[in-house]
Amino acid sequence: MKKDYKFNQYYKSLNVFSIALILLSLIFLIFKGLNYGVDFKGGTLIEIRVETEKPDIEVLRSNFNKMNLGKISIKNFGSDNDFVVKFKRDELNDPEFIENLQKNLSQELTQDFSFRRVENVGPKVSSELLKAGVTAICLSLMAMLIYIWIRFEWQFSVGAIAALFHDVIITLGIFSALSLEINLSIVAAVLTIVGYSMNDTVVIYDRVRENLKKYSDIKIFDLTNLSINETLSRTIITSSTTLLALVSIFLFGGEILKGFSLAMILGVILGTYSSIFIANPLLVFFKVSQKTVLKEDN
Amino acid sequence: MLYFSKLKITLIALFTLFMVMVSSSNFLDLDLDKQKKIKLGLDLQGGSYLLLELDNEPVIKQKLQSKLLEIKDYFKKNKIKILSLKLDDKLIKLKVSKDDVEKISEIFSDKESTINPYYFQYKAHQLDVKINGDVFNLELSKYGIILIKNASLDQAIEIVRKRVDEVGTNEPNILKRGNDRILLELPGLDNPDRIKSLLGKTADLAFRLESKSSNESFGTEKLKLIETGEELLLSKRVIISGDNLVDASPRMDSLNNQTVVSFTLDRVGSKRFAQATKRNIGTRLAIVLDGQIISAPVIRDVIAGGSGQISGGFTFQSATDLALLLRSGALPAPLNIIEERTVGPDLGQDSINAGILSLIIGFLLVIGFMTLKYRIFGIIANFTLIINLILLISILTLLEATLTLPGIAGIILTVGMAVDANVLIFERIKEETSKEKNNLIAFDNGYSKSKITILDANITTIIAAIILFIFGSGPVKGFSITLCVGILTTLFSVFFIARLLTSIYVKINKHKEIIIK
Repeated sequence: MKKDYKFNQYYKSLNVFSIALILLSLIFLIFKGLNYGVDFKGGTLIEIRVETEKPDIEVLRSNFNKMNLGKISIKNFGSDNDFVVKFKRDELNDPEFIENLQKNLSQELTQDFSFRRVENVGPKVSSELLKAGVTAICLSLMAMLIYIWIRFEWQFSVGAIAALFHDVIITLGIFSALSLEINLSIVAAVLTIVGYSMNDTVVIYDRVRENLKKYSDIKIFDLTNLSINETLSRTIITSSTTLLALVSIFLFGGEILKGFSLAMILGVILGTYSSIFIANPLLVFFKVSQKTVLKEDN
Repeated sequence: MLYFSKLKITLIALFTLFMVMVSSSNFLDLDLDKQKKIKLGLDLQGGSYLLLELDNEPVIKQKLQSKLLEIKDYFKKNKIKILSLKLDDKLIKLKVSKDDVEKISEIFSDKESTINPYYFQYKAHQLDVKINGDVFNLELSKYGIILIKNASLDQAIEIVRKRVDEVGTNEPNILKRGNDRILLELPGLDNPDRIKSLLGKTADLAFRLESKSSNESFGTEKLKLIETGEELLLSKRVIISGDNLVDASPRMDSLNNQTVVSFTLDRVGSKRFAQATKRNIGTRLAIVLDGQIISAPVIRDVIAGGSGQISGGFTFQSATDLALLLRSGALPAPLNIIEERTVGPDLGQDSINAGILSLIIGFLLVIGFMTLKYRIFGIIANFTLIINLILLISILTLLEATLTLPGIAGIILTVGMAVDANVLIFERIKEETSKEKNNLIAFDNGYSKSKITILDANITTIIAAIILFIFGSGPVKGFSITLCVGILTTLFSVFFIARLLTSIYVKINKHKEIIIK
């Protein structure tokens, strides 16, 4: 069964769509910004489990508000009985702080409860973590650029990097639009997306290069389409199995991994899409021909 | 690509068998002394992670002050006249007569100089010297500061270890981080409050006498008594310090039913204590801890035995803590907690359960998908995947790596991505079989032609994982380790195990038509 879908017909319209998405994401990122978690903003996070009867979140909120913690945020976390409370705190040295909080709360609350997780991140550490995260993402993009530069011609590396930026910007844009929390594991997810998206693009590019050497009479516009079709099964199967694994983490891996797996799911979908509809049209744009790839062999 | 020598087959089989045994040690209790197991991260087993920062400012100030005295003595000994010498914040200003400038400048820049030591390891002096006419501006150099910080960090780690050990937590992990940070991992501890309060105290103990007038030669200062808030004028002279203590323990004082801390002094301390008490009967002796007076009893008699007790309205708990702090010694500088993460054991267990559940479900989904898609080759791919997981677990075991929740996510992701290499090969073989009738040649071509693509594709993921390993912290590091190892085991299992199985299958069905759907 020979597949011959006309992907190249959609290059233009989908490129416009992608550019619109990127612009929209940038608008969100610039004007709304990212919702940084305590890892990057500093402050205190407490995960509370209230036993027995389900508590009213408003009661919990007013209890915490009484404690003079400044602006607090409280949200359900996974189940009805689990909550996450976040607030800003710069001084972490008071050893009795958490104990006092627990005492205060137990006077107000009728149900039994426990602090399942406490995270305190000082302002110095959070700014360092943020810097390390941004550095890591930039470095990985640069490393990819260099790697693909060595392995392919410059037109290919520009195309692959454009696809990467596309995936990373839109993923972050979606996180900004939905106010999803950015924490350390999201950085891990973004880096993995960078690796995955590159992996996907490289497989198609390998085929494009091979076909360029093989056929001198096919124009790049059709040649990319041929290469996409030839690698299509693999593209679909690999993204399917990866998505199956990720959906399994998203659904059953617990609340802590939700953000991570969601970012990865978005990234895999975007990565698969961009390696077809961003990376290839750019080769057409750069008028890549047999000459481009044969130059290096001579 | 499909040919395997007998030796190679045996080696692959033996290696795989060995790895199966290694990974099984995680699930069996063999009672071996050196049985290696994957460690669970704090997010899975529960526990506390504390990042402490040493506030070195006081240490550096102290060092500069002693440097000032050192310079004074040195110049006196070498008969060079100093016009003025003072400490201006972190700058030592030394004014000399114009004729001496050149000579002094040589002294400071000499590599053998004792007053401005040269560190051969850093190729730099302890002090940066700037000459401004007849004034020398001396500042600690970058490396001078690093050495001070390192020394005080080493000392602090020693003290932290003693204090943590005294509390008796389960296998604490104490690590140096940079020049002024200590990372403390306390597995199984779900309430770090006591440790935090113990580490929050410098425990700088000094016995000092009350001073009658403020113009004593050692200098005086006013300090507060904790209990009453009363202010006492104390001499800056330290009679005995925490360093002179050899032991301290909480005790019930039978006379007035108070909890006290009794202590024993070393020989030098006992001698000094006896002399001071002999000369100052009737004077108050203040026991100063971290700049506050715990108690200030009046000396009634000579204390010669080298032991005594501190009272100060202690509860049994606070007396126990004080004794512990005194036994472990004083920190060179105050420690600040700059990051703290605590996970309760039940949340850890929940995370393990959720992680394992999603691993099993993800694994079954992928296996089902591959079997439906590729039939017999799907089964080969699945078998390879299982071997891949076993290899992954055994390498993590051999590395004694720490498994974290994101690490489990990394394993599941490996399951999803590992089939990629097999898919690339199968798809390529599919194309080849449509052109080439000879199965052996078609399969061989399929393997060789997809090899480069597979390497390319996996190297990109490994680059991302390595960068994550370098910059990631805590649980995220665990993710990058599993991802890295996962890619390596994937490559091995695809190029050795899957290829071996495929070659066996193809050789058996040499003449039949093989169709990969």
